[in-house]
Amino acid sequence: MKRLYANTHEWVIVEEGKDFVVGISDYAQIALGDIVFVNSPSLGDKVTQGESFGDVESVKAVSDLISPVSGKVVAVNDALLNAPELLNSDPLNTWIMKVSGSVNEAELLDEATYLALDKDH
Amino acid sequence: MASYLLNTKAQEAEMLKAIGIEKKDLFNSIPTKLKLKRSLDLPKGLSEMEVLAKLTSLANQNKVYSIILRGAGSEHHFIPSVVKQLSSREEFVSAYTPYQAEFSQGILQSIFEYQTDICELTGMDGSNASVYDGASAAAESIQMVLERNRKEILIADSVSPEVIETIMTYTTCSDATIKVLKTKGGILQEDVLKKNLNENTAALMIANPNYFGCLEKVDELSRLTHEAGAKLIVYSNPLTLAVLKSPRACGADIAVGEAQAFGLSMAFGGPYLGYMATTNELIRRLPGRIVGQTVDTEGKRSFVLTLQAREQHIRREKATSSLCSNQALCALTASVYVAAMGPVGLKEVAEHGLRRAHYFQKELEKIGFKLKNDTPFFNEFVTTSPLAAKAVERHLAQYNILSGLDIASHEILWCVTETTTKSQLDEVLGYLREVAR
Amino acid sequence: MSKLIFERSVKNRRGITLPEFDCPEVILDHEYARSSSPRLAQVAEVDVVRHYMELSRYAFGVDNGFYPLGSCTMKYNPKLNETTAALEGFNSIHPTQDPSTVKGAMSLLSNLSTSLCEITGMDGFTLQPSAGAHGEFTGLLLIHAYHSDRKDLKRTKVIVPDSAHGTNPASANMAGYTIINVPSNELGGVDVEALKGVLSDEVAALMLTNPNTLGLFDPNIEEIAALVHKAGGLLYYDGANLNAIMGEVRPGDMGFDVVHLNLHKTFSTPHGGGGPGSGPVGVKKHLMPYLPKGTIIDEHFVENEKTIGRVRSYYGNFLVNVRAYTYILSLGSNGLKEASEMAVLNANYMMSQLKEAFTVAYPGPCMHEFVLSLQDLKDKTGISAKDICKGLLDYKVHPPTMYFPLIVHEALMIEPTETESKETMDEFIKILLELKDKAYSDPDYLKNAPYTTPIKRVDDVLAARHPILKAEM
Repeated sequence: MKRLYANTHEWVIVEEGKDFVVGISDYAQIALGDIVFVNSPSLGDKVTQGESFGDVESVKAVSDLISPVSGKVVAVNDALLNAPELLNSDPLNTWIMKVSGSVNEAELLDEATYLALDKDH
Repeated sequence: MASYLLNTKAQEAEMLKAIGIEKKDLFNSIPTKLKLKRSLDLPKGLSEMEVLAKLTSLANQNKVYSIILRGAGSEHHFIPSVVKQLSSREEFVSAYTPYQAEFSQGILQSIFEYQTDICELTGMDGSNASVYDGASAAAESIQMVLERNRKEILIADSVSPEVIETIMTYTTCSDATIKVLKTKGGILQEDVLKKNLNENTAALMIANPNYFGCLEKVDELSRLTHEAGAKLIVYSNPLTLAVLKSPRACGADIAVGEAQAFGLSMAFGGPYLGYMATTNELIRRLPGRIVGQTVDTEGKRSFVLTLQAREQHIRREKATSSLCSNQALCALTASVYVAAMGPVGLKEVAEHGLRRAHYFQKELEKIGFKLKNDTPFFNEFVTTSPLAAKAVERHLAQYNILSGLDIASHEILWCVTETTTKSQLDEVLGYLREVAR
Repeated sequence: MSKLIFERSVKNRRGITLPEFDCPEVILDHEYARSSSPRLAQVAEVDVVRHYMELSRYAFGVDNGFYPLGSCTMKYNPKLNETTAALEGFNSIHPTQDPSTVKGAMSLLSNLSTSLCEITGMDGFTLQPSAGAHGEFTGLLLIHAYHSDRKDLKRTKVIVPDSAHGTNPASANMAGYTIINVPSNELGGVDVEALKGVLSDEVAALMLTNPNTLGLFDPNIEEIAALVHKAGGLLYYDGANLNAIMGEVRPGDMGFDVVHLNLHKTFSTPHGGGGPGSGPVGVKKHLMPYLPKGTIIDEHFVENEKTIGRVRSYYGNFLVNVRAYTYILSLGSNGLKEASEMAVLNANYMMSQLKEAFTVAYPGPCMHEFVLSLQDLKDKTGISAKDICKGLLDYKVHPPTMYFPLIVHEALMIEPTETESKETMDEFIKILLELKDKAYSDPDYLKNAPYTTPIKRVDDVLAARHPILKAEM
């Protein structure tokens, strides 16, 4: 199992034989501030790597969520509906969606590279 | 000329000096070529006395009827003195949108209470802070129900033509398609709906009571619509909801309508008050301003504009609506009206209309104005007319009575409210007898 | 804070009473009838009066004090407007009355349209749209109808500068257009080179506010208009800032094809805490065939075969239009020009007194408003534009518009309007300078402001995360 990052600040857990698990990085949640709502995709939606699959709202801003993988949404984290603040308090353990499909890993960064980038921000 | 300027010539000179500019140079950034080199071709300004005389003369050129039997989207109701007095308080009238919450709790709370009134009447979970009018409320609601694979909106032709036309305009450039369904006997029949529902249907919109005054079979239409996976939008005059089953109780997902009946004069069509309310499921799709309850830093209950990330100033081109205001003062007026009337008063106003409309209809029937639709109705109804509807209008106008609306050459849509007493209705019937046979 | 009206409710208490029933009862089938009463407040008339009197104490209008809210033109709302709008002959007429029985109303609306045509240099107006954003949507539908009618169907894009009000792109989106954002130049004007780069036969229109949202007149407007027209596009004028230029220059003469006005800004009709307003749309001749159904010109309802349809019921916010017409009659040609002159003079005066202490987004002469950037103050003291605004509340003045336009960091947009005196402006300037000093001497004080309002700063995160949109019963 490994966690990869998109340069748009989403992470994905890639594990052989399992669905992809997608969330946002600690840097993303800090940049967004208090998250008040997550516009998650619906079950069965098709997502494409590099394209928007929803958005997150703070009080005065909204940011697109860019999918780090391609495929079909097989699970959506319903807990976020009533507790979007989980993305602020524990971003790496709070997933947004699970996707069955494929990933072009060449377009993603490994954890170390991403975190190094993060320091530059 | 009236002037609302304060600075004297001396102050003006001081200010110009402080800026270091001459008055003639204030507009130097405008290319000379573009400047208007003459005075505006408008009359010279007038004093307050002159303007008032002029406006009074214009107002007097409008015919104010003493009995009004016309509704069709704008109803004549009694407006208690307290409503006009309170809604003309300057603090409300001359305030801007309540962006600075600490400074605007009065406006924010009044909107919150309005939202609560609308929710109580419609049975819904949340309401917005109001929109321009009923027609634009209906049009804005279309965007709320569109799904990726459901783009068709069914609308019963018993919804007001003004509302349908507005929806048509709003959706000209959207990917929604509108299909207007023919009604029979004044209401939408189940078999017609069944035939038209399919996997592309996003929603059905009906009015209840509808444009013809009839009561739709909302429960049944709701069941069929939801079985097809579509949503139900119900358009109502909220005054009738003091007596009628709420849209939510009938299964509606969205309740919209025109709340002009709540203390706003007919005023040649505006300002009016469009309301929009919905269930928790769709609340984040609700457009426009919304007020929510929260707390301040000391934990005190407070109100604030909320869910703003839906709106144009944040989402810009991704927003589903460009609404940037509400009809706050009209919403406040409506809330004062509802509070002053209370649930019992509202019910009595509605019931006066209901009773008198039925009395009037029965008497009209006797003189040849036959009820067109054999369906329960509220305070409006359509009759045939033994003579041209326009002729009826002209005849009643002689007695300072505004007749019902001619919706066809020999069909009249009547409306009776608490403002017309039984003895006045009898008087009208007397005049109609003169020409009916 | 105040109790809710529902918390004042006492079972079986009544307010207004109605006449006794004089017609037989009508029993509605239970299929139609409500089974239980709505839980509305049960209060007496005096309860209602005290409740709303209390709420009025927690509201602040331009009648209460200075309101330099940039872009909103919070000028004084003459009381005469309220008197004329309350006339029985305007209030008690039904919108479907035969035109021969509402000649006064038809004539008033026609005269108002004609006046607005003269002020803006356009050929025809519809008074139906009820707010600025409503006007924008209407204007874009007119543009769409124009291009469609000419079978010029490739035009699917609308250009919007990044300094524009959010309603511009949102309205264009509602009208089915894709938005091209163009950057502004350092004057907040259109970057002409960038504009050239995005103009094509796919562009339906450019939407522009001029004077722009930095309060500056775009000196390149002629060239911009020529470029857009040459590319086959139309020019849309957002009239939010018309108060700067009445009698000086007209959008029609600048080359605009469509304009919307905000009668609640420029023409002194009250804002009502958010509405009702009125957002008439004016067009040049070539767009007149598409004007909405319900438009009145020359005392007649226009019958356009090619109309875009109606954008709401009837003819717009009539009583708001009565107020605006009252204002135009009161001021007349000379008064309108003087109003704009004084609005511009007042703004330049305030700017001259503040430009040393704060950074002005653009230092040259402004039109009717100007924008300060408090970025420097924030960097040095940690005090933001918002903190300064909250500090202003304790002085009982309304803060300026904050964080707009988006292209200026820590923006404060100040528009005094013409109906304020030098003394009022001097007082405000003094307060702003005091607050600046406070930012250095006691930043924590400002971070916790305001102190004298009925509530302290609100938790808007809580409100958005867990929405409570109606009273608990």
